[in-house]
Amino acid sequence: MATRLEAPRWPARLDLLQSGTGLALGLFMWVHMFFVSSILLGKDAMWTVARFFEGYYFFGRPLYWLVSMLVAVIFTLFVVHAALALRKFPASYRQYRIYREHMQGMKHEDTTLWYWQVVTGFALFFMASVHLYIMMTRPDRIGPFESADRVWSDLMWPLYLVMLFAVEFHGGIGLYRLALKWGWFAGPDALATRRKLRTFKWALTAFFLVLGIATLLAYIKIGIEHAPNYGEHYVPTFLQGSAP
Amino acid sequence: MSDTAPAPSATAAATAAGPARKLRFHVLRHDPHDPASVPHTDVFEIDEAAGMTLFIALNEIRETLDASLAFDFVCRAGICGSCGMVINGRPTLACRTLTKDLPTDIMLAPLPAFELIADLSVNTGKWMRGMSERLETWVHSLDEDVDLRRIEAPMDPDLADRIYELDRCIECGCCVAACGTARMREDFVGAASSSATTTACSVA
Ligand code: HEM
Ligand code: SF4
Ligand code: FES
Repeated sequence: MATRLEAPRWPARLDLLQSGTGLALGLFMWVHMFFVSSILLGKDAMWTVARFFEGYYFFGRPLYWLVSMLVAVIFTLFVVHAALALRKFPASYRQYRIYREHMQGMKHEDTTLWYWQVVTGFALFFMASVHLYIMMTRPDRIGPFESADRVWSDLMWPLYLVMLFAVEFHGGIGLYRLALKWGWFAGPDALATRRKLRTFKWALTAFFLVLGIATLLAYIKIGIEHAPNYGEHYVPTFLQGSAP
Repeated sequence: MSDTAPAPSATAAATAAGPARKLRFHVLRHDPHDPASVPHTDVFEIDEAAGMTLFIALNEIRETLDASLAFDFVCRAGICGSCGMVINGRPTLACRTLTKDLPTDIMLAPLPAFELIADLSVNTGKWMRGMSERLETWVHSLDEDVDLRRIEAPMDPDLADRIYELDRCIECGCCVAACGTARMREDFVGAASSSATTTACSVA
């Protein structure tokens, strides 16, 4: 028999890379949500978190390019992931129709979830790019007033609202599918595992949606109050009155 | 339980002998080899029997209502993989499907993604062979000259068990027909290939 292995291995490697970037992005989105929601603990808490990423506590002054670098890394992961995801999208209206009909016949939650993962993934192409570009180019404008001004006065809240739902559904479904695909948390009964994972997935989605909406409302409230002083930087209470 | 409720044995007897459900099978029919054939749905009505599987029901239809109905069964025990079909929207083994778990109206269609032979019969073998040839899912010997008289190295029982688990694929094609990507893209290798590839890889 022939000893040379001719079947290409690239598709498997690309799939692994898509899963890897998806996992990194999905986990990052959870951590990201906790950082952003620090505003719920107060303006000072959010100010502290923002300064932390600028290296303020290590170098004694904010290094904004650190934030730009971090965003650039996420942006790269995002572009690689999206490029790989293109392989899975319906490539024509005919394929799209086939999938829709298949989904309506199957009436299987996981088949339907994959459809929504593709739809939300498509939406993220545009929405996440806008957000990432702004964060990368204006890292100096991240803070309680600065971010609230962007949300309200710069009219980012409609984008953030839709993007919140898109990311939470997309990331939640994606991580659930990863767990199924690689057998993480698998028990002896495959169906029971799947049911448990699905419940867990929906619970997480609900949690992050509630946290996300509460956070967005908090920024909107600050944004409305701060609109007359648009553009002004926030100075934390513990530094107010002291030298700038 | 109230006094008026019948005893368990009476209930069983009632289901076995009593007013049986009338089952209506809506079967997608087509013979691609007949130029005059147009895909259409035929409706067959039969009485449900106790413990009836789709294997029994379809054979009854063929014997009593339409001798030309095409479908495949070989083992009628979920082993041979020849009876996969779409039952009320989902691909399943027909021989393992009990009519009592289905509503009175039952839609039957051939598995999509495979070459249609006629009615409910499809050529899964051709697809499986194509996939195997493409992915080269056989044992690749990296050793140039194998000494066939040499005693084989013993295999760890755990590894043997894991390989056996993958080797259990009966190539029924249900996973391929259930996969949206396999339906959208004809060249997608589907889940059956994972077992074929992994088995070949772990044996090698
Ligand atoms: C342009 C934006 C994006 C597009 C077009 C996109 C598209 C997709 C698609 C189509 C899949 C399904 C892959 C499959 O069926 O195997 C997927 C998987 C996944 N995505 Fe995204 N995605 C995007 C952004 C994101 C973001 C921002 C996150 C983080 C929350 C994320 C996390 C995941 C995860 C965890 C998976 C599962 C990986 C896998 O199944 O291999 N994606 N993505
Ligand atoms: S892996 Fe696919 S082809 Fe093999 S037995 Fe399971 S459903 Fe059938
Ligand atoms: S007849 Fe063999 S699997 Fe159904």
